[in-house]
Amino acid sequence: MSTPLLEIDGLQKAFGAVIASENLSLDVQPGEIHAVIGPNGAGKTTLIAQLSGEIAPDAGRIAFAGEDITALPVHARALRGLARSFQITSLFPRFTVLENVALAVQAHQGHSFRFWRPAWRDPALIEPAKETLRRVAMTRREDVPAGTLAHGEQRQLELAMALAGQPRLLLLDEPTAGMGHEDSVRMVDLLLDLKQEVAMLLIEHDMDAVFRLADRITVLVYGRAIASGSPETIRTDPEVRRAYLGEEEPA
Amino acid sequence: MADRKLIRLLPPLLFAVALALLPVLAEAAGRGYLIGVSTNVLIFAIAASSLNLILGYGGMVSLGHAAFFGSGAYVVGILAHHAMWGAPLMVWPFHIGGTESAFIAWPLAILVSALLALVIGAISLRTSGLYFIMITLAFAQMLFFFFIALNEYGGEDGMSLWNRSHAGPLDLNDNTQFFYLVLAFTLALLFLKHRLVNSRFGVVLTGIRDNPRRMRALGYPVRRYQLAAFTLAGAVAGLAGALIANQTEFVSPTFLHWTRSGEILIMVVLGGMGTLFGPLLGAAAFLLLEETLADLTEHWMIIFGPLLLLVVLFARGGLWSLVERLRAALGGGGERR
Repeated sequence: MSTPLLEIDGLQKAFGAVIASENLSLDVQPGEIHAVIGPNGAGKTTLIAQLSGEIAPDAGRIAFAGEDITALPVHARALRGLARSFQITSLFPRFTVLENVALAVQAHQGHSFRFWRPAWRDPALIEPAKETLRRVAMTRREDVPAGTLAHGEQRQLELAMALAGQPRLLLLDEPTAGMGHEDSVRMVDLLLDLKQEVAMLLIEHDMDAVFRLADRITVLVYGRAIASGSPETIRTDPEVRRAYLGEEEPA
Repeated sequence: MADRKLIRLLPPLLFAVALALLPVLAEAAGRGYLIGVSTNVLIFAIAASSLNLILGYGGMVSLGHAAFFGSGAYVVGILAHHAMWGAPLMVWPFHIGGTESAFIAWPLAILVSALLALVIGAISLRTSGLYFIMITLAFAQMLFFFFIALNEYGGEDGMSLWNRSHAGPLDLNDNTQFFYLVLAFTLALLFLKHRLVNSRFGVVLTGIRDNPRRMRALGYPVRRYQLAAFTLAGAVAGLAGALIANQTEFVSPTFLHWTRSGEILIMVVLGGMGTLFGPLLGAAAFLLLEETLADLTEHWMIIFGPLLLLVVLFARGGLWSLVERLRAALGGGGERR
């Protein structure tokens, strides 16, 4: 086995009596999509928050590409190639679609203490931004203010912004949240396309999406990983079916 | 396209020409005092504009901006005071005397205000929202009482300057010359601000205003950019302070009082937050209304308050948004906010 891209070891986090992560260990290999599923309140979003650096764990260690990043602030992790998309769409509504992506590109081009030249006329920002929009098939919407996009398109833009910095790992917090069936299928197709280039840690409620995308699945219940393995193993694991999937046949 | 560009550029150009002709017209009309009034407006426009950088573009509601404005004024005042009496400002470790030179005093005013803003910002920006408002207010009040305690410089009463700063060939004691100098500063700063808000730094600043959490997730060290903007705003406010000390030939702790911070804030909101010309419009409207209304009654705030309320209620983007609507109606492009 190669060295994992992301390695979580013994992660521990509690909010008072509520345990969000309990001795949680998992990893993501290069080129892999690792899905984390679990019922509401299992600690999935708290896990993403700890990985991206918004919440500090009580104990445990997070390593990214062999480097211990447990103590790094949010922006430093992002610059190392750990990009995230938000569960609730988080854009710059007054900026156009292109400007949203250009802002994401700019973050990875050194410091922004540049006070003179107009940013949105800088090819060094605009060209990579356009290229990114091409990858998510949003070129036609470039000049539209992000705030006026339909929900599905906003989710696409959300993904484009995460991609713009050419990350090595995407932390995806319910990329299909609130989408209709059609949009959702399109998003999954897009993610499958991207899989060649970037590894993903995926949190998702839509089981169709999870089983189409994931190479590996970890099931989280009350902050604990009760099972981890290939989609087939998870599908047939009796404990998982009892705790999470219920007694009915999974799709 | 050329037509649209012309319509876009016409109002600022007309406006600059009108301002440039103002002293001539005022003298011709026998109302020379208007030159002083206008100088005052321009100086407050610079101060309001600097606050607008952090408030309108950066989303940082500082209620202590007068601290930098007043400190800049005091630097000029204190240096002039020492020059006047010949007493050195400091004898150890270096011998430093006073000066009335604009070339030394004004940059020093900018530097001192910038350093103050750097320190106050570094501490205040650890908080946000209401706490940020309160802590900037608290710092400004601390400086206010600091200057009250300085008895050598007039304490509570402040002190008068004998004359304005010396600026090479310019005679700043001549109101018209001083007006043109302040006008040049105002236009230059407006142009610099125009460049800045559209630059990489500017778009990062507006991005932080709109969605700081996302900016962090994208890889921006948010507080570093906020602090840079805060320091820059403090520096420009320091320049405005140096100018106001020259305009009034007087400095006092009231320059730093929190009500002064409030007035500058009102100018920004009244004129239009996050717009290039809004603060200028706001400063003009505020000071001219104050002047006119104060002639009618000493309780001029009773009239001014409701007027302000009307603007906030019915012209959300401030007075500048009314100008924008007019320009949009004429077919010109609007300024991006």
